[in-house]
Amino acid sequence: MRVFDTKVQHLKYKVLREVARQAWAGTLLQNMLDIPKIIVPGKIPTMRCCVYKERAILAERVKIAIGGNSANPNIIEVIDIACDECPAAGYSVTDSCRGCLAHRCEDVCKRGAISFDHNYVAHIDKTKCIECGQCAKVCPYSAIVNRKRPCQNACKIKAISIREDGAAEIDNSKCISCGACVYQCPFGAIMDKSFIINVIDMIQKSQNNTNYKVYAVVAPSISSQFSYAKLGQVVTAIKKLGFHTVIEAALGADMVAAAEARELAEKGFLTSSCCPGFVDYIKKTFPALVPHISHNLSPMAALAKWIKSREPNCKIIFIGPCTAKKAEVQLEKVKPYVDAAITFEELQALIDSKDIDLTKLEEGVLDNASYFGRIFARSGGLSDAVAQALKEQSIEFDLKPCACDGIEECKMALLKKSKNLLDANFIEGMACVGGCIGGAGCLTHGEKNKTQVDKYGKEAMEKTISSAISVLNM
Amino acid sequence: MKKITVCIGSSCHLKGSRQVVEMLQHFIAQNKLDEKVELTGTFCMGQCQKGVCVTVDGDLFSVTPDTVKDFFDKEILANV
Repeated sequence: MRVFDTKVQHLKYKVLREVARQAWAGTLLQNMLDIPKIIVPGKIPTMRCCVYKERAILAERVKIAIGGNSANPNIIEVIDIACDECPAAGYSVTDSCRGCLAHRCEDVCKRGAISFDHNYVAHIDKTKCIECGQCAKVCPYSAIVNRKRPCQNACKIKAISIREDGAAEIDNSKCISCGACVYQCPFGAIMDKSFIINVIDMIQKSQNNTNYKVYAVVAPSISSQFSYAKLGQVVTAIKKLGFHTVIEAALGADMVAAAEARELAEKGFLTSSCCPGFVDYIKKTFPALVPHISHNLSPMAALAKWIKSREPNCKIIFIGPCTAKKAEVQLEKVKPYVDAAITFEELQALIDSKDIDLTKLEEGVLDNASYFGRIFARSGGLSDAVAQALKEQSIEFDLKPCACDGIEECKMALLKKSKNLLDANFIEGMACVGGCIGGAGCLTHGEKNKTQVDKYGKEAMEKTISSAISVLNM
Repeated sequence: MKKITVCIGSSCHLKGSRQVVEMLQHFIAQNKLDEKVELTGTFCMGQCQKGVCVTVDGDLFSVTPDTVKDFFDKEILANV
């Protein structure tokens, strides 16, 4: 049974699970300092140089698991002492260089950064190199490697730099909280702040949903997660945690698709507003394009707004694949509707903190949205849904979508748009590769995830967007 | 003012809450009761086995698309 992709995720999970256990028992304050020792009990180190360093880092992980540094507005935080200060030489020639005759590396380098020593071995002049990577691509011996740090490599918007002391540093004015670095750092030195203890507190104070109801709004990408159990069992588990009920965020996606189609036809050009990472990226890097961002709330927020308008004192928790959602729920225009956002990783920790065995539960039901709302979870789904919504509402508009998968593609499309070179009238922007199913808060990431989402989409009882949202027109 | 709340949670939805909502909207319009009856929805009333759950001023009724006409005549039309 493979629950996580990496051991870093597993370690983070152990911390979250223990924090949750203590929080449920009301003993977190007393026992918080003991959590590192609970996780690393012996005297023999298993991860670092000594158990003391392991525990010191775990203490930092505990801090982030209970909300992190409140002075830092970013959801994503670097744990300085966990950062291994990886060598960051960029492209360099290894001893696999044979000193060949062809010198493809030299020919391909437009900056003239490659020279050869008396053994005909290549060298890169760092003052000229722009890290384009062409030389590495053409070397028949793969002798040129990129020694970029995994975090910097993961961060396609270049928000990570290296401090003088060698530790990684995040530039908050650029960071979009997508969590790519969190997932990629092999030492787990970058983490997303967790708000699970706020969620536990809201559940406990609801007194079994009698004081107020606590709703779980789950993202459709859940269909590709918890593969060792059935989705219906996950639904039952969420209710067992103390949630009143579970609702599909995909129903909010149906609402958004219908509204986005109308807005698009009216304005003629739009960039999508579902992905908080993409929206933040436009605001931070392409401010001139901000007027083109769709005015719709995200599916999560649109649905939560509907629920809160009818039941103002309820609490709404979003459960999804996304670290940027944690930042979105802090925005002024979203804050009134969503009380907290947690990831699938954190849901797994919560379920296990209560020793709930998913595989032994009865299957609950989850069916609110249409096929189109559900496929928002993967790249291209939003564009398909907008096309459908135009058709269903008989709106005459020649939709030319540009579905961007990963922030690099988003960047290309936005660059083209800012120079009026983009042949499209709708940019579907998803910061993660593959769309939400590639989110940093997913338990696992795999090839089959897209198929899983499409399969789940087809299982929806409502076949059209308008039929799914018709119940909300009251 | 009577308040009718229809459960639109997953379980009731699968049992036909959309049809129940659409028919109630139709009956309310047909009988010109817009001023006297407020129709709203909620996600799950915690009584999934009784779905489609409908409450009228807090009293719970079990309704299906087949019985919604009867329900409306007896519980709403007769009492407004």
